[in-house]
Amino acid sequence: MSLFPHRNLLGIEPLAPADVEHILDTADSMKEILDRPIKKVPTLRGKTVINLFYEASTRTRSSFEVAERVLSADSLSIATATSSVQKGETLLDTAWNLEAMKPDMIIIRHQCSGAPHFLARHCRPAIVNAGDGAHEHPTQALLDALTLRQRKGRLRGLRVAIIGDLLHSRVARSNLWLLTKLGADVVLCGPPTLVPPGIEAMAPVTHRIEQACEGADAIMMLRVQRERMTGGYFPSAREYFQRFGLTEPRVRRAKKDVIILHPGPMNRGVEIATEVADGPYSVILDQVTNGVAIRMAVLYLLLGGASEVES
Amino acid sequence: MAASFRVRQELMDAARLGRTLARIAHEIVERHPDPERTALVGVRTRGVPLAKRLAKLMAAAQGAPPRIGALDITLYRDDLTTMGPNPVVKGTDIPFSIDHRTVVLVDDVLFTGRTVRAALDELIDFGRPARIELAVLVDRGHRELPVRADYVGKSITTAREENVQVKLKEEDGEDRVLLLEPARAAAKRRGRR
Repeated sequence: MSLFPHRNLLGIEPLAPADVEHILDTADSMKEILDRPIKKVPTLRGKTVINLFYEASTRTRSSFEVAERVLSADSLSIATATSSVQKGETLLDTAWNLEAMKPDMIIIRHQCSGAPHFLARHCRPAIVNAGDGAHEHPTQALLDALTLRQRKGRLRGLRVAIIGDLLHSRVARSNLWLLTKLGADVVLCGPPTLVPPGIEAMAPVTHRIEQACEGADAIMMLRVQRERMTGGYFPSAREYFQRFGLTEPRVRRAKKDVIILHPGPMNRGVEIATEVADGPYSVILDQVTNGVAIRMAVLYLLLGGASEVES
Repeated sequence: MAASFRVRQELMDAARLGRTLARIAHEIVERHPDPERTALVGVRTRGVPLAKRLAKLMAAAQGAPPRIGALDITLYRDDLTTMGPNPVVKGTDIPFSIDHRTVVLVDDVLFTGRTVRAALDELIDFGRPARIELAVLVDRGHRELPVRADYVGKSITTAREENVQVKLKEEDGEDRVLLLEPARAAAKRRGRR
């Protein structure tokens, strides 16, 4: 019996290494349920989860929904494009109204950094951050770590290159927190315009992708986030691909058994070449399956127990 | 577990535990002589090593071992919301079809019957066995559900607040079954004496 000492999952930053390992271990066990003939366990019967998504999402939202169903929680998803958010309702009013429906958990994705933390301060249900602005995307980092650990057997000492749009990427930030906490050896790479100032305090930064790939155990590609690019961060997608796209020759600089991760959705021919995305070292579809397992683990750890101890 | 426990009595030593398992293995083989159609599924944690040992003993008696699996009933518990810290989920592993087989659930102690209820629910989500039976090392009474075991190592009478602790080499470094009582009950008995 072991206590998960958090009520919410707002980010990787506040977690202790042991908390991260607790989630990964639980997810390893959860994964088996997805291979059963009946992919359903009664664990969270009677619990209600609301998926509140202020930003477009296919993978993360459907992954949370599958996890909720497998664990028998009741869930509903609110896409704000078709909700009263369009009529001008504030985040707090929306949250209070949803809270009045007595859910046990709200999973939120929001374009503003800190929105989940704001909800956690003002609402009773457990809050899970499914991506807030350019801040954190904790379940993505956890599923990446689970994939790495399954393929490599460990995280400590692994050389991991995180390549692409570091400025806008919450995936990069959560992964950087997680991997450094668990002792991986991270190198960051991106065009100077897309590297946030000060990040070199956490991991070395290079602007040459060849250098980042050199001897890597794993390469994490980041999506070029066109929807967040208002300024001229780079001249063209074509030039980006030439300088920072992951191509076969660049992959060959990494270790022979390198694995390639991408959080999706991929821009083929921008940050990643098609033959790399579909290549033998790509674990992108593993990541999707592991995503469901991680979300099951998070739901279970945050909703599975109560506060008093069995006599 | 807040209350501290102390040993009241040794129920089985290593030799006795070994003989008991041998007897249960023979009883299972007697009823189900075809190892192809029999499977043992241990309930985590200590049901799993017990199932492995029974399988070995059965193989000695009938030539081939039955299939063995492991069941983690954590996700099927009826007290998840009342028990506080989440139990660690160690995972279920049933690498064969249970359809049309006799599945013998193996656990160390039969007490309220709630674990068995959860195990039955979980097992049935894996298929439709021809028959499900239950083998336990110790039956200590105090059932809260209509559950009984088909193979029992030892039946004992216990007080509800007592505890039966099964120690196995694989998990605990030694083979032993102990009856524990709360420290305060022990103190009270000594006072009466």
